[in-house]
Amino acid sequence: MKRHLTEVEDGLGVDPPYLFEDYLATRLRAPKRPLLVLPQTLSELTSPVYGHESIGKLDHDLTKRHDGEPQGQRIVVSGRLLEEDGRPVREALVEIWQANAAGRYRHDADRHDAPLDPNFDGAGRCLTDSEGRYSFVTIKPGAYPWQNHPNAWRPAHIHFSVFGRAFSQRLVTQMYFPGDPLFPFDPIYGSVRDPKARERLISSFDLETTAPGWALGFAFDIVLRGAAATPLDDD
Amino acid sequence: MRLVRTPSQTVGPYLHIGLVGSFGPELVPPGAPGAIRIHGHVIDGAGDAVPDALVEVWQAGPDGHYGGDFAGFARCDTRDGGRFEFVTVKPGRVHSPDGGFQAPHLEVGVFARGLLKRLVTRMYFPDEATANSMDPVLSALEPSEWETLIAARVDDGSLSFDIRLQGRRETVFFAL
Repeated sequence: MKRHLTEVEDGLGVDPPYLFEDYLATRLRAPKRPLLVLPQTLSELTSPVYGHESIGKLDHDLTKRHDGEPQGQRIVVSGRLLEEDGRPVREALVEIWQANAAGRYRHDADRHDAPLDPNFDGAGRCLTDSEGRYSFVTIKPGAYPWQNHPNAWRPAHIHFSVFGRAFSQRLVTQMYFPGDPLFPFDPIYGSVRDPKARERLISSFDLETTAPGWALGFAFDIVLRGAAATPLDDD
Repeated sequence: MRLVRTPSQTVGPYLHIGLVGSFGPELVPPGAPGAIRIHGHVIDGAGDAVPDALVEVWQAGPDGHYGGDFAGFARCDTRDGGRFEFVTVKPGRVHSPDGGFQAPHLEVGVFARGLLKRLVTRMYFPDEATANSMDPVLSALEPSEWETLIAARVDDGSLSFDIRLQGRRETVFFAL
């Protein structure tokens, strides 16, 4: 049968390739066959909506889940969810999760010998507003060791999951902090080959959103491909 | 002016902290009229189950439309030995850009540690031979390829759909 779905080479555009040898876990999980470009149909151009009623008042504040306050540097992380033409993505669900200030996740699989914080769970979510803005209050996560290679440490990061206006825009990424000395040694950060795209992953200190006497502000905009753009638009 | 896009990064092994709260794996209650169970394993290139993946599905309602009363979006992690299971109803036929119809299908997204970006595939239904043969995506594939996208009917009436990330009978994945 004649093929009329175009094959795309992996690793074009800003996203990392599936196979990135330095990140060992990619070796058995990266597909070996080329991806096929799916025609854009309603299935790809639509996206779930998440109602305001489902979001709790304090879901965006990771420091107020318990009676006590979590340990660590209090921070405000905020920014806009945009499409690449600058158009805001409104009413979109943003979910985050992270380690505590000591670099430990509240998760059964995390064996790092660092303390859990009884006042920190590490998950938050919110909806973007009419200008695509979101904002979280949390604490700065610590770096933590992992098993990828000898003396491997992940730079401090916050995981972000976002929905756009289309299923094709769905994105999960990680936000890093400016000036982290671990960047050159981290194959996950380093899997993004385009330096300009790597910069996109790094938040910037923001005096504007820094709350006087209370919390440091970090700005992190998230830019999605246009809802109707295709992988063939990537150079 | 075009802004630089934010690149994807892996969900890592601790995705459950942030991603299992907002959506569950049931789009309808089990036992609801027309409810079907769809289950399978995520399998890596060594043939081993992947217990730290997250599978997301997006589908039309029974009327073939997106975004009505039917939520259409569900998530299931694979902590149960690499296994996921959804309860849903069969979507209707969705309009195709060429003016025809697509066969009933689910959009399926896979995230995992070791996946630096999402994998996307589609699941089609085994009892839709005619619609499947005319589907614009399936009909553009070789038989060995489209076979990876069609769920198998199991004795108890549920549907089985394994997702093979790499190697033998590797699932066809799409760029979109």
